[in-house]
Amino acid sequence: MNETIYQLRGITKSYGNGFALRLDELDIRRGEILALVGPSGAGKSTLLRLLNFLESPNSGSIRFMGAEVRPGGAMPLELRRRVTTVFQRPVLLNRSVAANVRYGLDLRGRGEGDRVKSALETVGLADLSHQRARTLSGGEAQRVALARALVLEPDVLLLDEPTANLDPYNVGLIEGIARQLNQEHGATLVLVTHNVFQAKRLAHRVGLMLEGRLVELAEAEAFFESPADPRTAAFVRGEMVY
Amino acid sequence: MPALVVWIGIDHCGDSLPSRRFCFVQERATIETIWNGLKEAIRLIVSQDPALFEILLLSLRVSGTALLFSTLIGVPLGAVMGLSRFIGRRFLIALLYTGMGFPPVVVGLFVYLMLSRNGPLGQLDWSIIPNLFTPAAMVVAQCIISFPLVAGFTMAAVMGVDPALRQQVQAMGATRWQTTVAILSEARVGVIVSVIAGFGSIISEVGAVMMVGGNIEHRTRMLTTAIVLETGKGNFDLALAIGVILLAISFITNVAMLYLQGKGFDE
Ligand SMILES: Nc1ncnc2c1ncn2[C@@H]1O[C@H](COP(=O)(O)OP(=O)(O)OP(=O)(O)O)[C@@H](O)[C@H]1O
Ligand SMILES: [Mg+2]
Repeated sequence: MNETIYQLRGITKSYGNGFALRLDELDIRRGEILALVGPSGAGKSTLLRLLNFLESPNSGSIRFMGAEVRPGGAMPLELRRRVTTVFQRPVLLNRSVAANVRYGLDLRGRGEGDRVKSALETVGLADLSHQRARTLSGGEAQRVALARALVLEPDVLLLDEPTANLDPYNVGLIEGIARQLNQEHGATLVLVTHNVFQAKRLAHRVGLMLEGRLVELAEAEAFFESPADPRTAAFVRGEMVY
Repeated sequence: MPALVVWIGIDHCGDSLPSRRFCFVQERATIETIWNGLKEAIRLIVSQDPALFEILLLSLRVSGTALLFSTLIGVPLGAVMGLSRFIGRRFLIALLYTGMGFPPVVVGLFVYLMLSRNGPLGQLDWSIIPNLFTPAAMVVAQCIISFPLVAGFTMAAVMGVDPALRQQVQAMGATRWQTTVAILSEARVGVIVSVIAGFGSIISEVGAVMMVGGNIEHRTRMLTTAIVLETGKGNFDLALAIGVILLAISFITNVAMLYLQGKGFDE
């Protein structure tokens, strides 16, 4: 227990003007659900892109499962393939729903049709498997995005506001799936959410991000009940901190 | 009596020799001529007239080969220009757009000068450099006409794919190459259209093949140059027959491409 899966040190990331991300230190534990909260533009999505090795930092290092990424570097493919993301705004391929879910397996040269079927059943979309993905509603597309991640059985699943546009039924469904993936498969989850209650329901630890910095990172109970930073306290009370 | 008068100016001397002189005559065509021509056109096509089919096959061979090469060059070039940012990209795009609108005659002139015996390439006397007035020379000219179109439309199609898709595909574990394939596959309709556009630009093109091919009977006579010739000789029926075939080719090509396009969606 408490083995770290990610070790981030001295990370900065900028896109020209100012820092999108400045993290002195962040350890993510294997098998935990870490929720990241914070206002728009705080750098949450940027951090997830680094954790999925889609971009490399401008400085610092990210250690993951024995490998390390430094500026300009890349994570070996087989390690990168243990991580996947459900994006804030999913873009699906202009193919059938089933083909979208199968895509990640195709990339790995694995054609396991029953896995595709069960992933679609898990998200409650088995009936739509032959439909063109581009014709789905927003909530359905979001669930396809989850299914295409689940089918890969990732060690780390990064969720970027996965329930932002969903109705309560689908929110419950997706939270249930996330919890199950974590409990039964031991997957590590990093969940970005604007919903403090969702963080409360799901997370073991919660971090508050502001202007690219991690202001506070604590066990969920401590984060909500006895925050160390006044800005966290304000955020938890639902006050504006930005 | 003639309700419609068409004035036609043509090359009347280029029948057997690659012509140096151009002389112009004026003929009168009436509605009746057109009607008779259409009937004759159908007869020639139905009876599979050998002269007509020889010209048709050469046209398809030359334009088909040119299209193959311009697809092999144009699609990867368009993909690279659409997907990556590099120094000089804007300049290259400007060149490409210029190439897309290049008049075929000018390309013909350019290839003519390059390949003629005293030209920069003709002088070299290498076996891979084609001689003027051969099908290979026409392939070269048509390639130059069509590849900017293929590359330009491919680039536009690739740039039209949602930029967020790239990272999402990578997040599912795609390698760099698999990402490129995924983006091209998303742009497939546009890539197919680029190939159609490339083919359309050369199968119906007359200026370049006339100059570098010379419209030599049994050797470099193409559908378009034959129309020019036959019209000049007053053989409107043959000219129209060829015209009908040209139209049919573009129609069939487009239908086939649309069909393929439709297939791409469902699996
Ligand atoms: N590709 C990019 N190019 C330029 N700037 C970027 C890019 N990605 C992020 N940024 C900037 O970095 C900062 C952090 O953005 P990020 O998307 O990580 O915020 P976020 O916390 O996810 O916000 P939200 O809650 O609105 O999704 C913002 O100021 C954003 O404008
Ligand atoms: Mg975000």
